[in-house]
Amino acid sequence: MNDLIQNIAISFIMVLILIGALLSLVSTIGLLRLPDVYTRTHAASKASTLGVMMMMFGAFLYFWIVKGHFNAELFLAVLFIFITAPVGAHLITRSAYYYGVEPSKSTSHDDLKETNVDQS
Amino acid sequence: MTMFIKIILLTSLIIVCISMIGIIYRLIVGPTVHDRVVGLDALGITLMAIIALISMVLDTKYFLVVILLIGILAFIGTISFAKFLEKGVIIEHERSNSEHRD
Repeated sequence: MNDLIQNIAISFIMVLILIGALLSLVSTIGLLRLPDVYTRTHAASKASTLGVMMMMFGAFLYFWIVKGHFNAELFLAVLFIFITAPVGAHLITRSAYYYGVEPSKSTSHDDLKETNVDQS
Repeated sequence: MTMFIKIILLTSLIIVCISMIGIIYRLIVGPTVHDRVVGLDALGITLMAIIALISMVLDTKYFLVVILLIGILAFIGTISFAKFLEKGVIIEHERSNSEHRD
């Protein structure tokens, strides 16, 4: 009975890791195919963050359930990625906007420009 | 069951390596500097996943310390690049600047 539960847990962990790897691949396809800095940052920050969080949570559960070794650093790393990756993407996009990188041709509306004009 | 674990881990390792090659392509080709910074950020995050997978394949727990370290270093590198590209300096010396202006 205990063996069955452990097999189910291992299957769940392996599905978690495989879905995380596929999400990382999807993020790379978005990074290669999208036309713009802003859309590329959108793809690279969201999908890659979720995929890596799933893979590392799978590694955490693997070391906990299979090896019997509770590693707090992996859990802290998952929390750290969840906090810092959106902040990093926000800073890069903001600096790209104020550096003067043009958005792609299909962009129709620039809200931030109107806000800055109103303030100054 | 061990064979199943090995196969799944190696498959996901190969998938993550392919995605890393795509990120390196964006890092080399990218038209603006910000594309390259985005590529470096994604490369650091993917490297953390590769280290976690390799420590599961090699069956050791001693690589897991490196993961948090790489995450912190990638975040600091990203924010310092963003600040440098936006303002031109990373660390501002306001006090010494005001002394020189007087």
